[in-house]
Amino acid sequence: MECVFGLVGNGFAVIAADTSAVHSILVHKSNEDKVMILDSHKLFGASGEPGDRVQFTEYIQKNVALYQFRNGIPLTTAATANFTRGELATALRKYKVTVSFLHAVLTTPLSCTSIENPYSVNILLAGYDKDIGPSLYFIDYIATLHKVDKAAFGYGAYFSLSMMDRHYHGGMSLEEAIDLVDKCIVEIRSRLVVAPPNFVIKIVDKDGAREYAWRETIKEAGVVAAA
Amino acid sequence: MSIFEYNGSAVVAMVGKNCFAIASDRRLGVQLQTIATDFQKIFQIHDRLFLGLSGLGTDMQTLYQRLVFRHKLYQLREERDMKPETFASVVLAILYEKREISPVFEKVALLYPTLGNILEGYPMKETAYRRFAGPTLTLRSESAGNEWD
Repeated sequence: MECVFGLVGNGFAVIAADTSAVHSILVHKSNEDKVMILDSHKLFGASGEPGDRVQFTEYIQKNVALYQFRNGIPLTTAATANFTRGELATALRKYKVTVSFLHAVLTTPLSCTSIENPYSVNILLAGYDKDIGPSLYFIDYIATLHKVDKAAFGYGAYFSLSMMDRHYHGGMSLEEAIDLVDKCIVEIRSRLVVAPPNFVIKIVDKDGAREYAWRETIKEAGVVAAA
Repeated sequence: MSIFEYNGSAVVAMVGKNCFAIASDRRLGVQLQTIATDFQKIFQIHDRLFLGLSGLGTDMQTLYQRLVFRHKLYQLREERDMKPETFASVVLAILYEKREISPVFEKVALLYPTLGNILEGYPMKETAYRRFAGPTLTLRSESAGNEWD
């Protein structure tokens, strides 16, 4: 029931995501941040299998940082999107060979299986480039890349995309865009059967990528100090 | 729904007398949900070579990038464009090498002018097959007089 959605406005891009970490019927926590600040001017909203989500987004983040260290300039949003797509596409078809033995002593392999190990992460990449302005990229878990104005993943997409189709227009101001994001959140909360209670909203514009607001209905209890 | 219909695509191409035309839809979908309406499915490789790819979006992009890469390297080495027949062989090789292990879910339409009136075209159709096949077949047999491949 993970929901991630985003849109491009006038000189900025915004990504909103739910913040519940769920395992089967159990909610582990309700303040899990799924929109990573990739670098100074990029946001990486990811939804999918939790392990893959964290590992893959951190992997991309470190590689983006490495590029900046090596070359002295940051990657553009388009380049980051294509790099991300390349990593997903490679993992999609790469074969991981596992060899199993009867037990540790035997050296002849009993069976050799090769499996694919793709990342199950859907990504919305929002960034701001000085010469291009804001942009939003939709990257599917099977590495389909497309530059879009508005996008959404998860069951919440059914509601947020419909609201955005109705109310979105090019060049929205920040107030209008946040208002639209709130409308989408209200729809998800009222119409999705196992709706996530809390959301985080992050924006990226010429001043950088930052957290804008949290929309919480359930406050996570703080850690109790040991007596 | 088959894997070829996951993203949805309709690519149609036709040969005529010393000309050809290729057209595609521009929808990118995920099953029944539309993601975008400006997705590119026809790519120009060089002056006289167009490539229409229909099928899974990710393979569309990967295939196009690999083919453009191969063609650019060829251009650097040979200082000329690849002949369409040669390019078709490259496409064939790339598609076939993955046949057993991890197939590429693409159908390819490759259009180029050849000598005389005979144009080689291998039009492929996907989600909109039934809608396109009828009129296309009729038009081909009337105007071009070529064999439907």
